[in-house]
Amino acid sequence: MERCGACRGGAGLTMRLARRRLVNMIAQAVAVLCTIAVLVPLVFIFSYLLAKGFSSLNLDFFTQLPKPVGEPGGGMANAIVGTLTLIGLACALGLPVGVLTGVYLAEHGHGRFGWTVRFAADVLTGVPSIVIGIYAYTLIVIPLRSFSALAGGAALAVMMLPIVARTTEEMVKLVPHSLREAALALGVPTWRTTIWVVLRTARGGIVTGIMLAVARISGETAPLLFTAFGNQFWHHGLTGPIASLPVQIFTYAISPYDDWHRQAWAGALVLLSLILLTSLLVRLLTRGRLRPVL
Amino acid sequence: MQSKIEVVDLQAWFGTHHVLKGISLKIPDSSVTAIIGPSGCGKSTLIRCLNRMHEVVPGARVEGAVSLDGEDIYTAGIDPVQVRARVGMVFQRPNPFPTMSIFDNVAAGVRLNGERRSRAALATLVERSLRQAALWDEVKESLSASGISLSGGQQQRLCIARALAIEPEVLLMDEPCSALDPIATVKIEELIHELKAHYTIVIVTHNMQQAARVSDYTAFMYLGELVEFGETAQLFTNPTRRETEDYITGRFG
Repeated sequence: MERCGACRGGAGLTMRLARRRLVNMIAQAVAVLCTIAVLVPLVFIFSYLLAKGFSSLNLDFFTQLPKPVGEPGGGMANAIVGTLTLIGLACALGLPVGVLTGVYLAEHGHGRFGWTVRFAADVLTGVPSIVIGIYAYTLIVIPLRSFSALAGGAALAVMMLPIVARTTEEMVKLVPHSLREAALALGVPTWRTTIWVVLRTARGGIVTGIMLAVARISGETAPLLFTAFGNQFWHHGLTGPIASLPVQIFTYAISPYDDWHRQAWAGALVLLSLILLTSLLVRLLTRGRLRPVL
Repeated sequence: MQSKIEVVDLQAWFGTHHVLKGISLKIPDSSVTAIIGPSGCGKSTLIRCLNRMHEVVPGARVEGAVSLDGEDIYTAGIDPVQVRARVGMVFQRPNPFPTMSIFDNVAAGVRLNGERRSRAALATLVERSLRQAALWDEVKESLSASGISLSGGQQQRLCIARALAIEPEVLLMDEPCSALDPIATVKIEELIHELKAHYTIVIVTHNMQQAARVSDYTAFMYLGELVEFGETAQLFTNPTRRETEDYITGRFG
């Protein structure tokens, strides 16, 4: 009542500040909770896999072929090699096309054609993987008259394509225009500028996109069921059926044998560790002293 | 005076926006020519037409002729890439390649053009260019550090070194000091003085004192037209056109 105008203003300001602090605290708490909620499933899955699968892991698991039903022991060596082969094939087929599509979309995809390609890529991301498997079956397995690693790799490559193309596009678009101009003004042709300046600057982001795509396809089972098919033995060449971890896990998990169930858990653990390790390795390898900016 | 670049009736557009409306001027050899004028008058567009960088922007168009040593760079069959190797450019904001070291930034023009040179030859080129850009003493111990670890003024001199490394005949500078502090600006201006012995320099600047300090000739542009062109001393002390006088005395612009 004795307070002057300025002091009343001061009291209002303190009130507003207190309210702001409260709102800030609530917002921060919600953000932290959401972050934890994201981490929980990963931690949970990984620790559950460790608990269930770690005890079945031994040297044999990495070096031996699967044993026939009833015989204990054996391993998934062929499936581990098979999965790596399939991922390698998918990358060989999918990466060049995906990255170059992304570059095209970012640098020249302003017109109707660019819009169409972008739309097609987005639709392709949503196509159920089993459908992509059928497509590879029709186009590759039937004409070749055999299930093959090649067909499996092709199916996985198609799954990678849209992810790689779209992340590459976004990353290339983030490269500042001034860098392109700097290179062009040095008398560097456009194509060299794109490869040595634009792609090099966007490298970090593109690699992240590729790792996401690889992680996504390495666990795919459906498109492999009638393309790579599966194999209880070592594969011979790329034109015959090949084992893979997801299919092997699937086969073992739906079997009625306890021993196979344990092996399935171990396989799942190996698959997840494989993905984590490759992601980590690629991150370390691409992180030089001259760090990519994106 | 012998002219290095001759611009004849140059017109330029961004889409439907008519930016340059019939510019004609002769830029003398081995000298500094400043282009002044208020924002949006087409200064930057004019110099970007001199190394065919204007057409890099989507929707941009050019008409008219620009001759470099008597040869029109806009005739069919002339590759813009060759023009840009003879006419270097330094931009408003320092733009070193962030993924490259200081050494690699300077060597970029040669390397990215696919020229194979021995490591020793490259090292000589890099040292000479950095010395020319008055940066050598500050970075000679840290050539493998990232180009963006330098200060703004150093980055701009790195960009000048990068432009000089391709051994151009002309150096275009688009407001090279506008993002720099006064000390870095003085360094760049001193550098311009030294470089004009070997290069023809065209500099766009907002700063009239700077134009008066560094240039031998000055062009005043207004609304896409060339109002006056002449020797700097004469243009600043005794302009022939009323608009020039109004602008340099600060009555508009």
